[in-house]
Amino acid sequence: MKVLQFLFTSSIGRKVVMALTGLFLILFLLIHLIGNLQLLKADDGYAFNKYAWFMTTNPLIKTTSYLLYAFILLHAFKGFYLAFTNRKARGGSYGKYNGAANSHWTSRNMAVLGTVILVFIVTHMGDFWWEYKFGEIPWTKYETSVVQDVTTSAPISGAEASGHIRMGSVGDKEVFITKDLYKETVEAFEQPLLVAFYLLAMVMIALHLWHGFASAFQSLGINHPRWNPIIRSLGYGYAVLIPAGFALIPLYVYFLMK
Amino acid sequence: MSQQLDSKIPQGPLAEKWTGYRSTVPLVNPANKRNMEIIVVGTGLAGASAAATLAELGYQVKAFCFQDSPRRAHSIAAQGGINAAKNYQNDGDSVYRLFYDTIKGGDYRAREANVYRLAQVSTNIIDQCVAQGVPFAREYGGTLSNRSFGGTQVQRTFYAAGQTGQQLLLGAYSALERQVGLGNVKMYARHEMLEVVTIEGKARGIIARNLVTGKLERYFGHAVLLCTGGYGNVFYLSTNAMGSNVTAAWKAHRRGAYFGNPCFTQIHPTCIPVSGHYQSKLTLMSESLRNDGRIWVPKKKDDNRHPNDIPEDERDYYLERRYPAFGNLVPRDIASRAAKERCDAGYGVGPSKMAVYLDFRSNLMNKYGRAEASRLNIENPDEATLVRLGKEVVKEKYGNLFDMYKQITDEDPYEVPMRIYPAVHYTMGGLWVDYELMTTVPGLYALGEANFSDHGANRLGASALMQGLADGYFVIPYTIGSYLSKDIHTKSISTDHEAFVKAEQEAQDRLNQFLSINGKRTVESYHRELGLIMWDKCGMARNEAGLKQAIEQIRALREDFYKNVRVPGSQFEFNPELDKAGRVADFLELGELMCIDALQRNESCGGHFREEYQTEEGEALRDDNGYRYVSAWEYKHGNNWELHKEALEYENIKIAQRSYK
Amino acid sequence: MANHEMKINLKVWRQKNASDAGRFEEYAVKANPDMSFLEMFDVLNEQLIEDGKDPVAFDHDCREGICGMCSMFINGRPHGPKQGITTCQLHMRSFKDGDTVVVEPWKAQSFPVIKDLSVDRGAFDRIIAAGGFVSVNTGNAVDANSILIPKDVADEAFAAATCIGCGACVAACKNSSAMLFVSAKVSQMALLPQGQAEREKRVVAMVDQMDNEGFGSCTNTGACSAECPKEISLSNIARMNREYLRAKLVGN
Repeated sequence: MKVLQFLFTSSIGRKVVMALTGLFLILFLLIHLIGNLQLLKADDGYAFNKYAWFMTTNPLIKTTSYLLYAFILLHAFKGFYLAFTNRKARGGSYGKYNGAANSHWTSRNMAVLGTVILVFIVTHMGDFWWEYKFGEIPWTKYETSVVQDVTTSAPISGAEASGHIRMGSVGDKEVFITKDLYKETVEAFEQPLLVAFYLLAMVMIALHLWHGFASAFQSLGINHPRWNPIIRSLGYGYAVLIPAGFALIPLYVYFLMK
Repeated sequence: MSQQLDSKIPQGPLAEKWTGYRSTVPLVNPANKRNMEIIVVGTGLAGASAAATLAELGYQVKAFCFQDSPRRAHSIAAQGGINAAKNYQNDGDSVYRLFYDTIKGGDYRAREANVYRLAQVSTNIIDQCVAQGVPFAREYGGTLSNRSFGGTQVQRTFYAAGQTGQQLLLGAYSALERQVGLGNVKMYARHEMLEVVTIEGKARGIIARNLVTGKLERYFGHAVLLCTGGYGNVFYLSTNAMGSNVTAAWKAHRRGAYFGNPCFTQIHPTCIPVSGHYQSKLTLMSESLRNDGRIWVPKKKDDNRHPNDIPEDERDYYLERRYPAFGNLVPRDIASRAAKERCDAGYGVGPSKMAVYLDFRSNLMNKYGRAEASRLNIENPDEATLVRLGKEVVKEKYGNLFDMYKQITDEDPYEVPMRIYPAVHYTMGGLWVDYELMTTVPGLYALGEANFSDHGANRLGASALMQGLADGYFVIPYTIGSYLSKDIHTKSISTDHEAFVKAEQEAQDRLNQFLSINGKRTVESYHRELGLIMWDKCGMARNEAGLKQAIEQIRALREDFYKNVRVPGSQFEFNPELDKAGRVADFLELGELMCIDALQRNESCGGHFREEYQTEEGEALRDDNGYRYVSAWEYKHGNNWELHKEALEYENIKIAQRSYK
Repeated sequence: MANHEMKINLKVWRQKNASDAGRFEEYAVKANPDMSFLEMFDVLNEQLIEDGKDPVAFDHDCREGICGMCSMFINGRPHGPKQGITTCQLHMRSFKDGDTVVVEPWKAQSFPVIKDLSVDRGAFDRIIAAGGFVSVNTGNAVDANSILIPKDVADEAFAAATCIGCGACVAACKNSSAMLFVSAKVSQMALLPQGQAEREKRVVAMVDQMDNEGFGSCTNTGACSAECPKEISLSNIARMNREYLRAKLVGN
């Protein structure tokens, strides 16, 4: 892949990597949010758990998710590397530096914001992804009557679940036995500290996106007087709405479901 | 040993001299060029273009500038434009007309053959610059745009907004850097030339001081080109850059290069006036402003009313009154003198009373405002509408200059007239050179403003850029062959040669001297005092008594300088004060020569106005029988110079009294 | 015209040479509102010399905002508090009597300090030498009007070409990135027909040189353009990114 070597050796190449991985993550946020909003359905977590099932079993999604992990790491570590080399390029600091006069706070603090976000991602993955994959979390059995289109749910022990078919038709019922990520989530968000941390993280993501969204386009060379205002507005909208959507879930769980 | 001045003008009809010369000048073959080294001092338009072109030809070039980068040279500050006889406007321009306008503008004190060649190559310059990517102003159809300048009746000035010098210099600089990248030019920035080294009468190198380490360094060259600009800073206050200096030219002069017409200096009429004693330099407002600005003073002495409150019939539009044919667009020397005359007579304006108004209001409203109103079908527009509409047009044309004016004076020229006063801008005089641009020292050349050759006693606007690039791109690459072709057997001379050692020692002695005086006064204070003497007595108007007095004062000041100056720090460090001391010391010698030259020229011509020689209307009175020559001064020793005269023959132009009435 | 005197407390970075650690020193200067910022330094220096002290070294030349030599970092901003001007065009009326003004050199690894407020910007020259030109030897040019260039293209190229190479972009950028400077030249040449022949080679060579000089990477903060005395647009950086990608992905 000599043609792509420049992505890792030149300053513009590095920008492009940051922009492309960033845009991928931006897109992921949207999909993640759409999935998460299933939590808000009053269906005992059926839709949400199905979504979780789909996300962890579909081969295409699985492949994509590994790509995602790689991109998160690439984005983060490239970001750290950039922050480090950029600091070195300055070679010391000014006695007085008035950055506010010429640039937005977010644009100057992407590395700090990114670090908090990375910590959040690790925690978040530990809370849910790790738990879901390897942890001890409750199981739930959903049975949907095909005729009446009614779904019932009941807890089931892990041992019981292990012998059963996970998803399929049993008679006239669609059976879905799953680790109940929904329940896990709801329980998690009953802890005020965790809610606070999630909210903080969403603010960080909002700030990160406030600069990052439009910046990615600029890095890729997409800059045109006719389109710049649109990209910028889209970016600001995205930076506010997506994290707000995510923030809704812990708030909803904490305040309305208790 | 006085030597006969030979200007080496080729034989033949004027229009064929240059083509004939080019076809017959001896050449240096490519293999030999690679073994020949050329030193170029200064990297402005002349220096950068010469260094780049000579390197392209295959010579090994070493280029020097005192600034931190060759791109800083003061050519960069030229605003208005560059002339070329392209006749793109189909308005009757031709090589001959450009030649004629330049000779006439120079008040018949320039050399015909040089000026004709300049006009001839002017067209190649534009082609070359465009090919380099210089973004000249264009018309909607994609062709190049032109505007007009003072002293001409055609539109032949090419421009890039108000930053033509910058764009041309960056073009030459990029050509130079290309050769640096290719290894054909070795660039020495932050180096100042302090001596020319001559061996057996020929220029063979220089001593330069590395301004960062402070060390003296020796450099060999088969030939040395001085492209070091003008000496306007002898007046302390001028439109020149702070670092512009005469040192390289002066050292050459002391080594035997004659100095031509030192008293010919150009005072530019439209500069922002001095605001206080702390003033370090003056800022030019482009000549193009005189296309739309009307110059006036109140008819009443000491009229302290706000300019906008002075009614039309109480204003004296003195240029329009005195020169109805050219009005506000008379050449620079005439406009400057007229301003001085009014101020001296007590009609000046502003806190110092040494300024006149340059007023855009009338054209803003009546010319542009009305045109816009009629275009927009506004009937009977009121004054406010006219101002608003006109302002937009004026902004498009001169916005950056108006902003600059406001920045400096804190006054808005859209609302109040600009206050302007003449200031030193350019020096027509310089090292005497022959047709090949060689000084009286074999192998030592002078290009651009550093030589005296093309502008006579007054330079027309937009011609300095033309000359700098003509010399560098199109003249020296040919003429240097005439000298170097005879020098191909000379191997590089070691800089251990005694001539280098001796020259370095002389430079070292001078540095030691400056650092050891340890007196009380700053270098700056001497420079300021010299400037005042020069401005008062050898400025816009000169007279015998004043010049004689000035010579005495300069001598006394120089003596005091060597007793009382304080240069802090040491040699082997970055020490701008020491750099400045050397430059001011040379100005202190040059100033005297300028006064001596002005004193011997018992006539008025161009920028040289001797009060004793004027017509009844106060116009310059030339003496073509007595003074139709270039004064070329040979340095002797101490305060002594010998005058040589190069007679100026006009075979193609009929000399006439300049009239712009 | 204001004639009253004002007192300015200067906190100036003093550094003997590149290897010296450097420190701030404080001076009180009497100024006049109509003085330029550099003229105030002239006053300070005359005072220092008369007191037998070492004057402050600073770069300056044309003092009319075009040569790009002056380079002070004033109160946390290159070229001081006003937009669109260089230090030499900054006047004391932009400050108040009694103000404390902090003055530092440009700070960047690639701009080593020579002394006090003077830095070495030779890196910029080397970037231009790497490719910031059209390879056309003198005498090779065709008639200037034989290649038509639409006015808006010429104007855009000119806007990029007005860069004065002062280095304020590098000084302002928290990353000390030189992308605005490099992109201005890349843009000028990429826009004009004369620059097409070497379009790909140029951008790659200039970016490589920029990276070799040790400038930081652009993170699109926009500080460079906001502080640029010639207000060079960020769109030039985007164009350079485009040009570079094009050259790397599909160029020859």
